[in-house]
Amino acid sequence: MAYIIQGETGDWEIVIGLEVHAQVISKAKLFSGAATEFGAEPNTQVSFVDAAMPGMLPVINEICVEQAVRTGLGLRAKINLTSVFARKNYFYADLPQGYQISQFDQPIVGEGELILDLPDGSTRTVGIERLHLEQDAGKSIHDMHPSKSFIDLNRSGVALMEIVSKPDLRSPEEAGLYLTKLRSILRYLGTCDGNMQEGSMRCDANVSVRPVGATELRTRCEIKNVNSIRFVQQAIEYEARRHIDVYESGGTIRQETRLFDSGKCETRSMRSKEHAHDYRYFPDPDLLPLVIEQSFVDGIEAGLPELPDDKKARFMAEYGLNAYDAGVLVAERISADFFETVAKGRDAKIACNWVMGDFFAALNATGKTIENPPVSAADLGALIDLIKDGTLSGRLAKDVFALMVETGKAPAVLVEEKGLRQVTDTGAIEAAIDAVIAANPDKVQQVRDGKTTLLGWFVGQVMKSTQGKANPAMVNEMLSKKVLG
Amino acid sequence: MSLDKDAVRAIANLARIEVRDEELDHLAGELSNILHFVEQLSEVNTDGVLPMSSVAAMTLPMRKDAVTDGGIPDLVLANAPEAEDGFFTVPKVVE
Amino acid sequence: MTNLTNLTLAEARDKLAKGEFTAVELTQAHLKAMEAKRALNAFIIETPELALEEAKASDLRRQAGTAGAMDGLPIGIKDLFCTKGVQTTAASHILEGFKPQYESTVSGKLKQAGAVSLGKLNLDEFAMGSSNKTSYFGAVENPWKRTSDPKAKLVPGGSSGGSAAAVAARMVMAATGTDTGGSIRQPAAFCGITGIKPTYGRCSRWGVVAFASSLDQAGPMARSVRDCAIMLGAMAGFDPKDSTSVNMAAPDFEKALTGDIRGLKVGIPREYRPDGLSDEVTQVWERGIEWLKAAGATPVEISLPHTKYALATYYIIAPAECSSNLARYDGLRYGLRVPGKTLDEMYAKTRAAGFGAEVRRRILVGTYVLSAGYYDAYYAKAQKVRRLIAEDFRKAFETVDVILTPTAPTAAFGLDETNDDPVTMWLNDVFTIPTSMAGLPGLSLPAGLSADGLPLGLQLIGRPFDEETVFKVAGVMESAANFTAVPEGV
Repeated sequence: MAYIIQGETGDWEIVIGLEVHAQVISKAKLFSGAATEFGAEPNTQVSFVDAAMPGMLPVINEICVEQAVRTGLGLRAKINLTSVFARKNYFYADLPQGYQISQFDQPIVGEGELILDLPDGSTRTVGIERLHLEQDAGKSIHDMHPSKSFIDLNRSGVALMEIVSKPDLRSPEEAGLYLTKLRSILRYLGTCDGNMQEGSMRCDANVSVRPVGATELRTRCEIKNVNSIRFVQQAIEYEARRHIDVYESGGTIRQETRLFDSGKCETRSMRSKEHAHDYRYFPDPDLLPLVIEQSFVDGIEAGLPELPDDKKARFMAEYGLNAYDAGVLVAERISADFFETVAKGRDAKIACNWVMGDFFAALNATGKTIENPPVSAADLGALIDLIKDGTLSGRLAKDVFALMVETGKAPAVLVEEKGLRQVTDTGAIEAAIDAVIAANPDKVQQVRDGKTTLLGWFVGQVMKSTQGKANPAMVNEMLSKKVLG
Repeated sequence: MSLDKDAVRAIANLARIEVRDEELDHLAGELSNILHFVEQLSEVNTDGVLPMSSVAAMTLPMRKDAVTDGGIPDLVLANAPEAEDGFFTVPKVVE
Repeated sequence: MTNLTNLTLAEARDKLAKGEFTAVELTQAHLKAMEAKRALNAFIIETPELALEEAKASDLRRQAGTAGAMDGLPIGIKDLFCTKGVQTTAASHILEGFKPQYESTVSGKLKQAGAVSLGKLNLDEFAMGSSNKTSYFGAVENPWKRTSDPKAKLVPGGSSGGSAAAVAARMVMAATGTDTGGSIRQPAAFCGITGIKPTYGRCSRWGVVAFASSLDQAGPMARSVRDCAIMLGAMAGFDPKDSTSVNMAAPDFEKALTGDIRGLKVGIPREYRPDGLSDEVTQVWERGIEWLKAAGATPVEISLPHTKYALATYYIIAPAECSSNLARYDGLRYGLRVPGKTLDEMYAKTRAAGFGAEVRRRILVGTYVLSAGYYDAYYAKAQKVRRLIAEDFRKAFETVDVILTPTAPTAAFGLDETNDDPVTMWLNDVFTIPTSMAGLPGLSLPAGLSADGLPLGLQLIGRPFDEETVFKVAGVMESAANFTAVPEGV
């Protein structure tokens, strides 16, 4: 469904392209041996190379190359066997070299694609323009001193993948889905942890608008470094509205870089980027062309995990799940694995209901994560087995599950300890039924007079008297016989 | 290519080198001379010639992913004109 | 003891081994010479205490039988090599006071080989110049004088002017140089010593303050071909910290000095006779050809057709790379900082005050040729012509083994005669730049004196990583030239 903004003069659509900077998972930096961990003391993860001391030279980390290729393959993209590192020259406090080593006209990964999973279960393909490797900058902290900025170079030189989409996105929602999906793929591949709070995944959004039906692209603005998916969506929404207001009041949009202020929920021009930029890209003479062998790429491809799209298709085909459920389960590799452990050798739909229902609810309620779940996949599977073999009724199973969350014990143990085994002994059930019938002769008569809906009340009474342990199907059957003859 | 004062001012700004107004004329002349000199390359037919960015007849060597460096904040900051609390400091930057 | 300073590296090495004198004695003799010749301004800083400590340690190593290839030999280090704990300036105000917390690979290897450093040698600022006049720490004076005018001060050449002057004046036995477009060879020629720029990739650039990364190469400067071979052996070798360093073991260069060049073909490029080349230089060149013939080699006229474009190519590529390489000197992490109200003002004031005129000029040219709209016309074009220049050499080396040319078009000129026009100044490098563009090894050795008593050099150019042939031919020429003249006061 097209996302349309109604303006004073007509309907508008948004054109969005996203540039994601994804921090590569590696022990050491792209061109130096300093560590990449988040949250270290200032300037403790800095080598002389990262601080751009005179005479220091870059040497590339092979894992970063591998991760970029892996990500490219995950985005079904063209891998360029020869790529070139170029210097992007500009001055900034947290850019020690005075240039960023990046890739310009010859990136390591070319065109690819990413499939959006829309809420109605349908999909839409978004083009990937390119992926290249580059160095991260350091960090400038502006609020530690009234007249000074503080510079920490710990992040200086950490490997980033810049993943650029084509301007194929048309709504804030699609932008959100794109980021969610990209994050999911990166996490499956193990190439980026996707943590937007810690800045290991950052997004710049290029936004422009045009009247519905127009085909030309209008001037775009780039909104820098937005650090959550929700903020990206808010920033796009605000920025689109701003463009429309400007156009409709007869103004023009200036191509510029803007910052999103999440407090005020608006974008504003970045003063530090006001200078006209001329990055003077040229091949870095300290580095030679990066040449990789096809066999290197093939080796990485052979080791790729099953990715979300394939897994989703398989879950639908193999387990008969609907697109929505399959999509939710495959979003994270670990939840997909959890589901598969539970579903293995069992009814997949029941497994899916338990995982997506009680289990996810328990995650929310306990604040635990699936990496450290309140109930293990094996225990949840065992619980389902107890339903199947008649040990537990569905209702009892819910009680047992709650106890499992509470105690962490296996379901069989709880059934024994609490005596929660379902009663299937006809004698015991019969005795309970007889007692209820004996105590309620008037109601028995009403049923026999045709008010059969009262049977349900009898079932409830029997269940109550057996503390819920009686097999409900047997109770139903035996009650009908006894009361109605 | 002859450069005028404005062009020199723009280049100096890109290079972050302060140039006083009274220097501009002289610099414009010097830089124009240099550019004029190097423009003799336009005589050379380079059709089909690939640019040569390095003479080294090899490709990029790679290193293993291992933490072998860092943990030396004192050495990193040893020559800093200004530092505070383990950070380099500069005049406040407004974003 | 004064005669200790007249020894070659090789002689001193052998005498130290025989125990004729100690490293401390040898070092003290050179420290005295360093003091006596201080007026030449060859050193930016002297480190006599460190030198004596190192010399003592060297003597102990020798006693212990663990002496290295250059143990106890006093040398100087061009102040472009970062030296741990010792001020490294690149002769620039912007790095004044900078004490690296690391040691460059090459100076580290020399230390490892036992060499004793007497201090850091003067140079053109950031190695940009051919006269050593662009140093923030003042010009270096050439120890050689014109016979016609012994009072006139002459330039030592550049950029390794301090290195050349110190070696010629016997303050050190040898020195490191770096060469981007002729910065080892031209000052070697002006000061009557020998110097070699090895093949690009032979010596690590790690820890050497960068000027133009695709051209910069370190090399030795000394008073004989053998000394250069010894010292290059200690400097060269693969360094995993430099991605452009070639993974190839350095051969024993000294072994190449067999004296036998029979059957070798020596290329004589016809394009190296520009208008205005002095008769004296032409005569020295002719004489050199005769020496080689006499030793059994065959001169072959060759053509290097793109030679005349090398200078223009260089003056696009080198400034472009330097404009980027020198961006890190921003007053933030080390070196000079001139305060400013804003960060940009701090940058602009620091860089205006910190860089000298020649460096500023090259940064501006480099910034311009890389900027949007001009890249293709200047930088990309220059890179294409660079390939043509390298191709010229490749083709020539299909038929010849080595190439002989003059090193510089003139002998040393006067300190106050230098032309303010940068383009004219650059002509000093007209014979050395093509070699640099192609990354080839080039050696300059003294081949005679001008009528006015000044040294003139000849250049030998070899195939990539074939320094051995260059040394071999140079050794033969050195014997034939029998260059025994010494500068004033030696």
